[in-house]
Amino acid sequence: MRGAKSAKWVAGAAFIALAATACGGGKDGGSGSDDASQKWDPNGIVTMASGEPQNPLQPANVMESYGSDVIKSVFAQLVDYDESGKIVMENAESVTTTDSKTFTVKLKDGWTFHDGTPVTAKSYVDAWNWDAATKNNQQNASWFSDIKGYADVHPEKGAPKAETMSGLKVVDDKTFTIELSTTLPYFEYKLAYTVFSPLPESFYKDPKAAGEAPIGNGAYKFVKWEHKKSIEVAKYDKYKGDNAAQNGGVIFKNYTTPEASYADLRSDKLDVVDQIPTASLPNFQQDLGDRAVNKPFSAITTIGIAYYSKQWKDVDPKVIQGLSMAIDRATITKTVLNGLRTPATGWVAKGVLGYQDGAAGDITTFDPAKAKALIKEGGGVPGNKISIQYNTDGGHKDWVDAVCNSIRQATGVDCVGDAKVDFQADLKARDAKQVKSIYRSGWVLDYPVNANFLRDLYGTGAAGNQGGYSNKDFDALTKKADAAKTLDESVKLYQDAEKSLVNSMPSIPLWYYNVNGGHSNNVSTVEFGQDGSPIYNTIKVKATK
Amino acid sequence: MGRYVARRLLQMIPVFLGTTFLIFYMVYALPGDPIRALWGEKAADPAQVAALRHQYGLDLPLWHQYWDYLVKLVHFDFGSTYTGRPVSDSMAIAFPATLRLTMVAFVIEVVLGIGLGVLAGLRAKRFVDNMVMVFTLLVISIPVFVLAYVLREVFATNLGWVTPSVQDDTNFSQLLLPGFVLATLSLAYVARLSRTSIVENLRADYMRTAVAKGLPRRRVVGVHLMRNSLIPVVTFLGTDLGALMGGAIVTEGIFNVQGVGNLLYQGLTRREGATVVGVVTVIVLVFLITSLLVDLLYAVLDPRIRYA
Repeated sequence: MRGAKSAKWVAGAAFIALAATACGGGKDGGSGSDDASQKWDPNGIVTMASGEPQNPLQPANVMESYGSDVIKSVFAQLVDYDESGKIVMENAESVTTTDSKTFTVKLKDGWTFHDGTPVTAKSYVDAWNWDAATKNNQQNASWFSDIKGYADVHPEKGAPKAETMSGLKVVDDKTFTIELSTTLPYFEYKLAYTVFSPLPESFYKDPKAAGEAPIGNGAYKFVKWEHKKSIEVAKYDKYKGDNAAQNGGVIFKNYTTPEASYADLRSDKLDVVDQIPTASLPNFQQDLGDRAVNKPFSAITTIGIAYYSKQWKDVDPKVIQGLSMAIDRATITKTVLNGLRTPATGWVAKGVLGYQDGAAGDITTFDPAKAKALIKEGGGVPGNKISIQYNTDGGHKDWVDAVCNSIRQATGVDCVGDAKVDFQADLKARDAKQVKSIYRSGWVLDYPVNANFLRDLYGTGAAGNQGGYSNKDFDALTKKADAAKTLDESVKLYQDAEKSLVNSMPSIPLWYYNVNGGHSNNVSTVEFGQDGSPIYNTIKVKATK
Repeated sequence: MGRYVARRLLQMIPVFLGTTFLIFYMVYALPGDPIRALWGEKAADPAQVAALRHQYGLDLPLWHQYWDYLVKLVHFDFGSTYTGRPVSDSMAIAFPATLRLTMVAFVIEVVLGIGLGVLAGLRAKRFVDNMVMVFTLLVISIPVFVLAYVLREVFATNLGWVTPSVQDDTNFSQLLLPGFVLATLSLAYVARLSRTSIVENLRADYMRTAVAKGLPRRRVVGVHLMRNSLIPVVTFLGTDLGALMGGAIVTEGIFNVQGVGNLLYQGLTRREGATVVGVVTVIVLVFLITSLLVDLLYAVLDPRIRYA
């Protein structure tokens, strides 16, 4: 009881300190932009709008952004990637392979977990084996499915046959090898995902407690989690990597709505938001000035075709090409979406290795005449009517209506929205293959290689393939790309595969997502990563004096 | 009196069972699989989904799930969310927050509401009365969220008197603004109700008697008039306490209070039966207990009302 009380006082003190910072910062901002004379406080605390993580903070169990924001700050991965999508080493000294099937990982010297124990090859191998086992119920377990022996520890049905994956071998303290079940030239890129975090010995004694207070190897160490209020992380002084924190720590503050966090941001009571309330989207850039962020990240909105449905079963792809050309992306993104989306020209999002501008050719350009001709050539839309399924709780209605209008006016095909009450209901219809016509869909990168937007979404039977699209030529191309000897070759082959999609149209690309956020007057150098979340370690906090 | 209370308490059991089962059934009937939805747009892992469904008993028939829930509830175990966190933990955070907000709102509602009502009632048809009537009409007709946004914009963003959102819900001064917003609607009803009641009772025989006896005005109004006029107001206040707790969802969202409304909303969107039923169960109990208290208060206000 006493402990809880004193903890509250600490939090209170932190808030008071922040409020003081806020006042000072506001005045500084008014006096002009003399950045050179501006002093930075290396121990300043950044506050970030967040929410209550859904799952315990175990690296392989966290999927939604609230939890992964924290995990990302507390854990460092073997590798990381820069803004161009190029890989850089972090905890790993090197990751090498000769055949894209067996990878040898060498770790850097001197890395420690926040509890002082060293990060060794075993920390990785044991962690991955634990994460992959069915009985540990880790939501992201399937990420380990590339590794040889995964099916033994995580069978689709029945009891597991083994405790560990045969593909993982510890060579010595600093070296281990990963053998995959098939070649995968871009496997190294997947390693940047937080799922592949190492875990300290103490984790296994009580995984549940570790999920409440994670011990990682990253630039920040976990301080405390006040449920429904905030999560606090502080700079870890012994961090050995290149991403050392330039601030004293981050407080992830719980907000019930983007409206509330945005109001706090505008009065400098909060430093960073990565979500602007819908009502403020049209004018947040004016409100915040150069503190507003509107920048593409690697995610895409598409319209999926329910290929299993009666309507589309035997349709000529020309019809779908025609529908695609009937959508005026430029106008819709500019007006309905307030200029906060970028029209898509292909199926792979920007910022991903292998992204090519205009991969879809001219089928993403608005051309009513050609659209009409293509649909006619392809034998017309069966029933001359389509419906776009979407979830009403996601703010999609406006653009779905706009897309429908565009299609109706350009081609005369009747188009209506098929609203599902919420995302749950929408997902259910998609999973059960009950989508009547076409549906809203989206994808945020898992790893910055074009394969993630192609094979994982449109490969026959791929986990992310919800439309039932299946094309032999495309499958053959991806198979070839996965068998490539080098990463460059694989990426190139995937580029060809993307270009080939024009002929079969697995979906209609609409636009790339932008991160819409902002920061307060108290901080600067706020950058957002390709996954759409802020990069914490580079944020600088203004000194109060 | 004792028998009356016992009978009322026994009546609570079927009401309690009925409401919890209805809520349980309704959450169950909503479309969408909560376990599958943990994966969102990404493809779920069938082995993991099956394992989790089994762990949370979702593969059992509805009656079996409800039975298991009741058995746990008897042991004061509200179950856990689908991510393994006990529901009682989240409720232990949400209820105190909402309770504090409700208390602030309730105090504002009682003090301001009855105060304005008495003021208007005693000066019926005069300027003050008209002012109160116009003010309450205005408050009733403005939707809560409009009022919330306007007040926040003025007092927090522009004037900077208060923080735009509640940073710490144990700090009562931060709860004043959301408390006021939450109280406004009921405040207007309370004011109008007590006004009407007072205007009516001013003409009552016992009032004339009291005045004729030469009692001081303070005693006439304070004891004779107020006591009789407050019965309808207390009825309203009693049920309103429950409504405030459950209905704070809009205000809590706007002012960032991590309370019951927010918990309930999240529980529903995530299809977490345990959370929703748990929260509703407690709210139902609050309703039942306050309405019992209201009924008992009648006897205090009017000795002619007795309970056999």
